[in-house]
Amino acid sequence: MLDMQHVTKVYRTDLVETHALRDFNLEVAEGEFVAVTGPSGSGKTTFLNIAGLLESADGGHYRLDGDDIGTLGDDARARIRNQKIGFIFQGFNLIPDLDVFDNVDVPLRYRGFAARERRSRIERSLELVGLAARMQHLPSQLSGGQQQRVAIARAIAGEPRFLLADEPTGNLDSLMARQIMDLLGEINRQGTTIILVTHDPELARRAHRNIHVMDGQVTDLKPFAARSGAAVA
Amino acid sequence: MLGYYLRLAWLSLKRTPAITLLMIGAIALGIGATTTTLTVYHRMSTNPIAHRNDVLRAVTLDSWSPDRPWDSDRPELPPPELTYRDAVAIAAGAPASRIVAMRKTSFTADPGAGRPPFLVEARLATRDFFAMFDVPFAYGTGWGGRADQNAEPVVVLSKETNGKLFGGENSVGRALKLDGREYRVIGVLADWQPTPKFYDLNNGEYDTPEDVFLPFALGAALDLQPAGNVNCWKAETLAGVHDLFGSNCVWHQLWAELRTPAEVQRFQGWIDGYVAEQQKLGRFPRKINNRLYDVDQWLERHKVVGRDSRVLLIVSFAFLAVCVLNVVGLLLSRFLGGAGSSAIRRALGASRGEIFRQHLVEVGLVGALAGLGGLALGALGLKALEQLYSSYDRLTHLDLAMVLAAIALAVLAGLLAGLYPAWRICRVQPASYLKTQ
Repeated sequence: MLDMQHVTKVYRTDLVETHALRDFNLEVAEGEFVAVTGPSGSGKTTFLNIAGLLESADGGHYRLDGDDIGTLGDDARARIRNQKIGFIFQGFNLIPDLDVFDNVDVPLRYRGFAARERRSRIERSLELVGLAARMQHLPSQLSGGQQQRVAIARAIAGEPRFLLADEPTGNLDSLMARQIMDLLGEINRQGTTIILVTHDPELARRAHRNIHVMDGQVTDLKPFAARSGAAVA
Repeated sequence: MLGYYLRLAWLSLKRTPAITLLMIGAIALGIGATTTTLTVYHRMSTNPIAHRNDVLRAVTLDSWSPDRPWDSDRPELPPPELTYRDAVAIAAGAPASRIVAMRKTSFTADPGAGRPPFLVEARLATRDFFAMFDVPFAYGTGWGGRADQNAEPVVVLSKETNGKLFGGENSVGRALKLDGREYRVIGVLADWQPTPKFYDLNNGEYDTPEDVFLPFALGAALDLQPAGNVNCWKAETLAGVHDLFGSNCVWHQLWAELRTPAEVQRFQGWIDGYVAEQQKLGRFPRKINNRLYDVDQWLERHKVVGRDSRVLLIVSFAFLAVCVLNVVGLLLSRFLGGAGSSAIRRALGASRGEIFRQHLVEVGLVGALAGLGGLALGALGLKALEQLYSSYDRLTHLDLAMVLAAIALAVLAGLLAGLYPAWRICRVQPASYLKTQ
């Protein structure tokens, strides 16, 4: 489903050339829950940005759900992000001017759904994250955990095939982090492929397998024992 | 998506009210200046009878001095007015669908019932005046050929004069004393304010039409004084008004309605022949130079839109451009300040085009709001012009076309100001903003 072969990414400034990814190879099957771990600066976020089509690779091949991403233009990539990928960020990345309902509505607007369909999806996803009663609240009126749940509702409202989560519990206390991980586990059980970037080994153990990234390369593809109860891919 | 973009624009504008007001104020200032000058220009340059432009012709003959042209800057031009005898001869004999000879005079009107008399400006015209110039009547009609022939004492009142004399009632059949002589009211005009006053640009191009209208023949029958320009080139003894009628002075306007090119050609041939005959009699010492002008050409010949007005218009647009440039800077900082939200939208599937359009709608809204502000400022500017220059009072009315033009111009100014900032914001790489959100 996700297939990266020999992917490279280099950031250049006038003085420095940083190899964020080098000969990066990874395959993720449909329905997997994959944790990506590694130290700071190892290339985890770059991998996630390329996987999520937020950045382009400099070399190698990347296929997502049958599409050769390297050949796609900006509009086509935006369409794939909108229809197939859900994002959950460490900093929540909610739009501060919009209330909860409108934040969840954002990707659905670009999807072109009719008003009734959008409303139904928004209500369903907010119910799933337990925030149906907070639709009219602004992000600033919510706790960190609630904001992250809104972000998850936004990510799943369009029923994407992939969920890419970048340190989704990084700004949360341990209790809230557990709740968020439970939620992600539930979403995965319903069939959504999840790639979770984290530096927390405890969280990574809840995934089906752990990919360790070091210096821009996959150094370890380790299946976990079935602590989460899920099958190993 | 337009409704959605408008809602986002409104939320965005509310978020930073100070910058929003600054942007609206900057564009509104520019729009206010352009609305003021554009309104005056528009009123000056509009052909008030454009729908008859093709058939109406101002008639001119070069009856001027053999020693110098009428206008030394434009020596090819004949005088814009005619002598009495030429106006009468052409009106009586030239082949035209309609023709009108006319001039200005004035009277003292006696409203009766102990009210004080007042001065009225009058136009003496042959009967076709009303039909040729589409003059609307509220009551009654104009006069017929018999009134022209017999110099009948009949009068048509303007709407304002009828209001002043008869309280706006239907006064047809009532008597009116002008210079102590009684006239019978046969018609009252509806509202009629052609601007510029195309049919007589020699006597106050932006003046209101005359207060009363009477048969042309009354002028000669009663030796009525001219009230407009009288221009003479020949040393002649002019002891009184009566002498003017036989003089070479020009003081009459002549218009013909010529409906086809053949009719124009026939008319031109007739007046050229007329002048040739007159030359045999020792008149018209200059080369034959008889010109017919349609209304547009007539306005152009009289330079109704002055050079100052054109310069002022250009300056006001330059000012608007400066305002727009200032807004570009404000928009750029504002949009880049909100780049995080755009990056989130991009990550969630918005294309560059959608981000671009969203921001253009926002600047369009700024422009529309600035348009309303600019209209208010423009109205103030026009009021100030009216106070400063009394002759501008008919040029300073904002009509619907100008209101719409001002708002359209403001929206366009907003869009122009927003093009570059919107383009910049739609090019942001979402990844570089999302980590720092």
